[in-house]
Order: sequence, then structure tokens, then C-alpha cells
Amino acid sequence: MENNTVLEVKNLHVHYVTSDSAAKAVNGIDFEIKEGEALGLVGETGAGKTTTALAVMQLIPDPPGMIVDGEIYFEGNNVIYNTDKENQAMRGNGISMIFQDPMTALNPIMTVGDQLSEVVLTHEKLSKAEAKKRVIELLEVVGVKSDRYDDYPHQFSGGQKQRVVIAMSLLCNPKLLIADEPTTALDVTIQAQVLEIINNLREKYKMAMILITHDLGVVAETCDKVAIMYAGQIVEAGTVREVYLHPRHPYTRGLFDSIPKLDDDSSELIPIEGAISNAADLPSGCYFHPRCRYCQDICRKEAPAQQGGEHQFMCHFDLFKEEAE
Amino acid sequence: MENQVLIETRRLKKYFPVPAGFLHAVDDVNLTINKGETLGIVGESGCGKSTLGRVILRLHEATSGDVLYDGMDINNFSADEMRYMRQNMQIIFQDPYASLNPRMTIGQIIEEPLKLHKIFKSADERRARVEELMELVGLPMRSYNQYPHEFDGGRRQRVVIARALSINPQFIVCDEPVSALDVSVQAQILNLLMELQKKMQLTYMFISHDLSVVKHISTNIGVMYLGQLIEKASKNDIFSQPLHPYTIALLSAIPSTNVLAKSKKIILKGEINSPINPKVGCRFATRCPFATEKCTSENPVFTEAMPGHFVACHRWKEVADGTLAFDV
Repeated sequence: MENNTVLEVKNLHVHYVTSDSAAKAVNGIDFEIKEGEALGLVGETGAGKTTTALAVMQLIPDPPGMIVDGEIYFEGNNVIYNTDKENQAMRGNGISMIFQDPMTALNPIMTVGDQLSEVVLTHEKLSKAEAKKRVIELLEVVGVKSDRYDDYPHQFSGGQKQRVVIAMSLLCNPKLLIADEPTTALDVTIQAQVLEIINNLREKYKMAMILITHDLGVVAETCDKVAIMYAGQIVEAGTVREVYLHPRHPYTRGLFDSIPKLDDDSSELIPIEGAISNAADLPSGCYFHPRCRYCQDICRKEAPAQQGGEHQFMCHFDLFKEEAE
Repeated sequence: MENQVLIETRRLKKYFPVPAGFLHAVDDVNLTINKGETLGIVGESGCGKSTLGRVILRLHEATSGDVLYDGMDINNFSADEMRYMRQNMQIIFQDPYASLNPRMTIGQIIEEPLKLHKIFKSADERRARVEELMELVGLPMRSYNQYPHEFDGGRRQRVVIARALSINPQFIVCDEPVSALDVSVQAQILNLLMELQKKMQLTYMFISHDLSVVKHISTNIGVMYLGQLIEKASKNDIFSQPLHPYTIALLSAIPSTNVLAKSKKIILKGEINSPINPKVGCRFATRCPFATEKCTSENPVFTEAMPGHFVACHRWKEVADGTLAFDV
């Protein structure tokens, strides 16, 4: 493993087990992120994006969740064998996470300043005054005025709250930031502001990032690489440019065909028929085959392997090869 | 049929009393929707787009102003007259999980409006109509006796659409009908809505915060900001020649999937005004880089700047001829 790899996930499997069923949320995914790199994790509801993030953070609710197989290396260390204490030291310091809904991520009965200082005081040996200084500095970086230090979360607008949450996640200079749908709850003009802040901070602190979203546009604006998830697998991955210009998996094609394009009027929407499979009852063979318009016999029987190099995809065929060349 | 006006609002207002005064949810909106067309309404959360849809259907009583349906002023209708009118106007809500009664079967849900409006005499006729509707929206017959919890979001939204269509309405307010759905399913529902419009000459008011969806489905587009309609034009005019600075910023902020032509975003500065007891002047002035003294002291009038293209901005002429341009 090279030195500049921040995170490496190998063959990760996560199941949610209850007395009468097992939902296979993540089914063997591999990816790695290098220093300063941004990876977009795209997929529909139930594709396993958030579960993947929670596994990296060691926050899978157990029970019912279990990491049944795989390895997760953060800075060369397999976090699956971490003790609780080691995990706590890693979260916040090494990896931190921004959640989708800024309101539920903040404590409503603590002032914003107090809860941000608490993060610093938990992880570092600083005095209260030093912690406050650090918090105010970072609030200003994300565009929140220092006189709002003593305000409560409900006094902030949605966009301002998300800025506070971003500031909180950056207080201890993490190596890796996991942002789970950070702008989904925000309006587009506010989304543009927040994405710009994230981009600038990433550059400034050379931070690696996993951005989880269902919005292909947001990934195109912020990430270097993209991984498309379906039913707990990465079905296609590569640089944003490669995957967006030459999608090689039928599901990725389907996603692009089903979103209305702003710069192309004529195009008709081609939906992907059906809906994502129940994770407790996944189909045989390729998990995408019931919805795939190119489905053949082999797709129903055998699970496909990854093919391709830098731009990899998981399909029995290489349907769009000529187009790519 | 050509350009026949179905819906018209005149100086429509809806104020909600709040402890601090009045929240101007819909403030002085004038618009028309032609038969068989789709008017898309876009704007950010809290701009009053849902309230506007509801006031037009009289699900909220207007504070003042008129709503004309086919020339009839429905705000003066009695409760009985209104019940009769409702056969013509229906609404599809955003959340297909909340808008279906979990204890009724799909068949019962779609049948209910037929019973309420006493459209058919016999249960057999109603059953035949329900089956016809289920086929129309692409629901399999076996789901007749199923319950909503057995369905995913896309199929639930099909049930909601079948229910709205059961009594043959002419006008449907679609309030964020695809926002809760995944993109692959969203495309199925958008295609269904457009197909039904063609088949049944439906008129839609399509409310959404997603501009690419609105562009796909609409004939005309109206942009709302803090309770006011600030620009309205055909969809091509809105996208090719937006005249209001807010519309320009809004369009620029949409994340694009085009990796070859990366555009610089316009990042708005400044605080958003409160819709509670708003001050005189343009409500966008606090965030507008082109605001002058006039903008904060005088209300801009919603005027027809170009044929069919309405805008409420003091400086639209300078925007149109390129004197004013965002610095990106």
C-alpha cells in the first residue's frame, strides 16, 4: 500500500440481521481514497451508501447490523479490530462525518459555541479560552459571524446550520471527511454556497472526502472520482470524467437517461423499469438483472465480475465498448 | 382550444397571522394558465409555491384577490357549489407515504372519490372504473386488494394519480410529485404525467424546487421569491433569457452533469429577507448585487417586458441589454 492512501476498503459485507431475515445492505465493495482526493458515492435509496459510510466510521448499529466480512484500513490500520477507545480517538480527529439533516445533528438546548468547543475539548488538551478561539476562527472560515457564538441552533437558518455542522466536522483537522447528502435539505442557491465552502476547505486542508449523494450534478461539481452503487455493490467506478462521458454499466446509463438535462431539450426520459430489489431478498445472478434491458440468460444465473482497469464496471458484457473508443 | 384560459388569479393574497405580524405567503400574484398547458412554479423552500397551489384550489381561503376557473370566481362559491367544482380540480401531494390511508386497500382508495361524488350508481360500475384507472396508470390488477405499505414510493404515487384522475378532473395541482422518489422512478412518473396530459387534455400547475424537472414538463414557468411571482415566461425564454437577477442566480446554481463545460456558479451573498411584515421595496434587494436605492424604497411592478415574458424588477432593461451582468 502506498503511503498516501488514506482509506482502503476491501471486500466489505454488512448485513442487518433480524430473527426472520437478513438484509444484505453492502455486498462486497472495494475502493480506496488517496490524500486530498474526493470520491462521490452515488446511488438510489437503499443502495448501501450510508451503511458503507457508517462502517468506515465504525458506527453500524449493532444489533441488528454486522460487518460480516472485509477489511477497512484507515492510514494502514484495520479499524474493524479497533477498541471503542481507539474508535473514539479516530472519529473527529481522523475521520469526521457531516450528516444530511443539520437540525438533528445539533443539540437544540446547547449554544452553538458550547457544542463546538466541546468537540475540541474532548479531543485535545486545550483550555476553554483556546478552544473558543479555535471555534470562532473556524466559524468565520465557513462564513458564520463570531457574534453568533452564543446563539442556539433554532436561531440559524438551514444553510447557516449546515455551515455550523461543517465547522464542527473540521475542528480537529480530519484526514478524511465523509459528507452524507450534505446539501440535500438545502435550496439550490444555498447549496451552491455550501459546496463552494466545502471545495475551498478541502483545498486548504488537503482533506480527502467521500461525498454521498443521489445527485449526479453535485458529484460532477465537487469530486474527482465516482463510484455508482446498486444493491450494496459498486457497479461502476472511475474518474468523474470517464464515467460521465462513457458510462459502461447499464445501470449507470439508465441513471443518466432518466434525469432531465438542462442543456438538452429534445431528450425523452427513459426510466429504469421496476424498483430496487429488497435487500433481504436479492435476485440470483446479477443483482440488476430484473431491471436491465440487456438481460441475458447468464445474467440470471451467474454473478458478474468486475472488468476494466482504472474505469471498472461489473457486468457480464461490455455493451458500450465501441462508443468508448 | 388554443390559448383558452382555464385558471386566472388576480391580485391573489394569502397572509397567515403569526405572533410577529402577518406572514405574506402569497402576495399579489397575477397569473394565467391556459387549457392543456403546464405552468411550472419554481422557488426555494418557504417562497409560497405550495400555498399558492392550495389557495387556487381553495384548500386555503385567500386573504384577498380572485381565483377564476373558466371565468367563474370560485372564491364566492358556496360550500355545495365548491364541492361540485372540486370534481374539476385535484391535487397530487409530494409524499406518497403520507397521502394514502394505510388501512384502505388500493381499490378502496381509488374508489373513494367516485363514492363521494356519487358518480356511478352501482358498485359494479365503480369497480369497472377503478380497474380502468389502474390500467391507465400502470398498476397490475392483483394490487386491487393490496395495502399501501406493500408498495414502493413510485407505485404509491401511481395510486395517488389514479385517485386524482378518478373523477375526470380538468386541472391538477402537482405539488412536488416526484421529489420523494429516486431518479429512475421519478422518470417513470414524469413520463406517466405527460402521457396522461396528452390523452386527457389535462391542465397542470407543477410545483417543484427542481428546475430541470420543471423545464422538462412545463409549457410556461413562473419563478417565486418570498411570496411574489417575480418572473414568468415560456420555458425557453426563462432559460435562454432570464430577466430577473434572482432567476439568473437560480439557474446558475443548478449542479450540472456536463463534465465538459463547467460553468462558474453565481454565489449570492447577503441575508434572505423575512416574509413576515416585509418592508417596502424589492424583496430580493438584500441579496441582489445590482440593488439601488430605488430597489429598497419602491415595489417593482410585475410587467410584461417582452411579449409573454413578465418580470418584477426595476432594472430588467439593463439586464436584458447586458449592461448588468454577474461577476463570476
